[in-house]
Amino acid sequence: MTRTLLTGNGAAAWGMRLARADYLPAFPITPQTEIIETVASWINRNEIECRMTTLESEHSMLTAAGAAAATGVRVFSATSSQGLLYGMEMLYTVAGWRAPLVLVNVSRGLAAPITLEPDHNDILAARDCGALQIHCATCQEVLDSILLAYRLAEDWRVRLPVIVNLDGFYLSFTREPVQIPEAAAVNRFLPPFDSGNLCFRASAPTSQAVAVLGGGPYSYFRYQAYLAAMNALGVFEEIGQEFRKQFGRSYDLLDTYHCDDADILFVMLGSFATKAREAVDHLRASGQAVGLVRPRLLRPFPKMALQRVLAGKQGVAVIDQNLSPGGGFLYTELATALYDQSTAKPLLVNFIGGLGGRDISREEFFEIAAETRRAVTAGTAPLPRLLFTAAELREVRKLQAIAGSRREPPRREP
Amino acid sequence: MNETHFHSIKDLSTHHLLGAGTAMCAGCGGLEALQVIYDILGEKTVFINAAGCMTLLSVYPYTPFRGSWLYTAMASAPAGAQGVRDALDILLEKQLIGTDEDLQTVVLTGDGSAYGMGLSATSAAIERGLDFLYICYDNEGYGNTGHQSSGATPHGARTATCRTVHGFSGDKKDLFAIWAAHRPAYVATVAGAEPVDLARKVEKACRLKGPRLLIALAPCPTGWGYDPQETVQVGKLAVACGLWPLKEAVQGKIVHTKPPGKRLPVETYLKTQDRFAHLFEPQRDEQTLHEIQERVDIYWREWEE
Repeated sequence: MTRTLLTGNGAAAWGMRLARADYLPAFPITPQTEIIETVASWINRNEIECRMTTLESEHSMLTAAGAAAATGVRVFSATSSQGLLYGMEMLYTVAGWRAPLVLVNVSRGLAAPITLEPDHNDILAARDCGALQIHCATCQEVLDSILLAYRLAEDWRVRLPVIVNLDGFYLSFTREPVQIPEAAAVNRFLPPFDSGNLCFRASAPTSQAVAVLGGGPYSYFRYQAYLAAMNALGVFEEIGQEFRKQFGRSYDLLDTYHCDDADILFVMLGSFATKAREAVDHLRASGQAVGLVRPRLLRPFPKMALQRVLAGKQGVAVIDQNLSPGGGFLYTELATALYDQSTAKPLLVNFIGGLGGRDISREEFFEIAAETRRAVTAGTAPLPRLLFTAAELREVRKLQAIAGSRREPPRREP
Repeated sequence: MNETHFHSIKDLSTHHLLGAGTAMCAGCGGLEALQVIYDILGEKTVFINAAGCMTLLSVYPYTPFRGSWLYTAMASAPAGAQGVRDALDILLEKQLIGTDEDLQTVVLTGDGSAYGMGLSATSAAIERGLDFLYICYDNEGYGNTGHQSSGATPHGARTATCRTVHGFSGDKKDLFAIWAAHRPAYVATVAGAEPVDLARKVEKACRLKGPRLLIALAPCPTGWGYDPQETVQVGKLAVACGLWPLKEAVQGKIVHTKPPGKRLPVETYLKTQDRFAHLFEPQRDEQTLHEIQERVDIYWREWEE
C-alpha cells in the first residue's frame, strides 16, 4: 500500500479528480485556493478532462455550479469563509434546484475582525441551506469524503448538494500520508453521473426553478427537500459500508473513540478533534474513563446515533469551534437532540475554543474533563466558557496599548 | 451577413411562439419586445432569468415558453448562462448529446438587475467571451415591486421612492456604453414599438457568436402611468424625441440604426406619462424640462458632428 504526502487541499483536489468531475466553476480565496490551482495544473497538462471557468464571485460561481449540474454534468467547486457567505443566496437556491454537486469548504473564521485562520462559523452559517455537510479530520478523510459526497449527492433518495468541510491551515496546508485509491476501484464505487431528467435538451424542453404562488406548493417542495436530506442518514451508512468493502476504510456517521466504557465524553467537529483524541489517550493512561465523539455528517444531524452513543454517560463536554449568542452551535443542537428522551440525560457542558485558529492545548482538554466532572458532581452546568488564558489576555492588552485605543462607553457626568 | 429577412412589418410573424395569458401587465412594453424576439430565436433556447417582472412568466406549473427556462437570482443570471453553456459544451465535446440537442442560452432580466446588481456578472460574462444573448427589458425602475428608482431611472422622473418637486435628480446610467466598452460581439438598443429594427437586430445577433446584448425599452403603463393601449405610441415617441436612440455596436463600432431626423421636442413624450406630470402641473418646471431637452440635444449633437 503506497501512500503519498498530500495537504488537505491536495487531497480535496485528488478527490475531485478521482470522482471525474466534469466542471469546476472557481473563485480564489485563502485557504482554499490551492485546490483550484492544483486542478488547473492538471487541466493545463491535459492530465484530466475537466472544464474550469473562473467566475467573478462566489455568488456567480455557485450559480454556474448549480446551472451546470441542472444541465446534467458532474460539478465540483470549492470556497472558504467570506466566499461561502457571499454565495449563500445561491447555496439555498441550488439546494432547492436539487442540484447534486459537491462543494468543498475550507473553514476560516468570519470577519470582523478579518482573519485567515480557521473556525466553523462559516460552514455553520450554511446549516439551514438544504445542502448536506460532511466534516473531516484528516487529509485521507478529505479525499474519501469527496467520493462519499458524490455518492450521497447523486443517490436518487437524496439528490442534494453536499458540502465537504475541512479546516483551513490545520488540514488545508498540513501534509499527511494519504492513500490515493485506484481509479478503477473508484469507478466501481462511483459510476458516471446519471442526471436523469435534470437537464436542458432541445428535444425535451423543461422549466426549472420556477416561481410558485402560495404557501401550499412552496411548503410541499421545501418539505420534499427536507425529507430527501433526512434520507441521507440511512444512505450515508449504506455507502459507508460499501466504501469499506471497496477500500478498507470505515466511515460511519460518528467517529467514536473509547466511548463504550467512558463516563465523560468530548464532542467536537473537524481536525481539532485529533487533539482531543490525543488528550483522551493521556486521560485514559491516568485512569480516567473519557472518550471522544466526532460527528462526520452534520447535515442532516445524526440525532439517533448521538442519542445511542451518549446514553448512560454522566457528562458530555461539547467543545464548539464557533460562537453564537446562547452558546456554541453543537451544544444547542446536541441539547435539542437529547431533550426528547425520557431516560436520564448526561449533563452537557459547553466550551468555546479554537476560534480563529487558536490552539487547544492538552492541558486544556484535561481541565475540560475535570470541569465536566465537577459539573456532574454539582448537578448543574456552568455557562459556556471560552478557552482563553491569562497569558493570551496579557498579549491582547499589549496589542491594545500599541493600538492606543480602548473602546469604553462614554462617561456620564454625575 | 447584412442581408435581412425583415424589410417591413409584413415580414414579421403574425403567430407568436410565446404563449398568451401570462401574468404581465396589460400593455407591457417588455412583453411586446419579447414576443418579436422569441419568434426569431425559436424554441431551441433556454431562458435564464433574474428576479424581475418576467420571473412571473413561468409560474408552476405553467410557462408561455415552448423551450426551456431556469430562474436563478437577481444578481447572477449571466453566471447561470455560463454554467448551462459550459455544461452543454462539455456534453457536446464528450458526445453525450448531439448538436441537435444544443440550445441557445438567453439571459432575460429587467433593468434593476442589468443596470445594478447583475452588472458585475454581466461584465465578467462578456470578458470571458460567453456565447449568449442577453435581453434587458428596461422599464426604468424596479417595476415588479411598484416602480421604485433604479439605475435606469431617467432624469426628472418620479418613482415610488422619489416624489420630489423636480423628480429624480440623477441621470439614467448609460448601460449601452458600459456594455459596448467591453467590445462584445454585438450590443444594441431596441424597442418593441419599432419591431422591424428590433427583428433585424435579433437576426443579426443570432448570426454572431459570443456575447450579444440587447437593451429593450419597455414602456410600462403601470409604473409610468399611461393607458395600456398607448404602449406602442409611447415607445415610438421615445425614439422620435431622441430619448431612446436606436443603435448597435459590432466590435465597438457604433451605428445609429434609426436616427430620428428632425426630433420632436421631449415634451411630446414626457406629457404622455404620469411620472413626468409634475413637470407640467401645477406649473411648468422649465428648468427640469430644459435639462432633459439639453441632455438629448447634446447627445445627438455629438453624434451628428
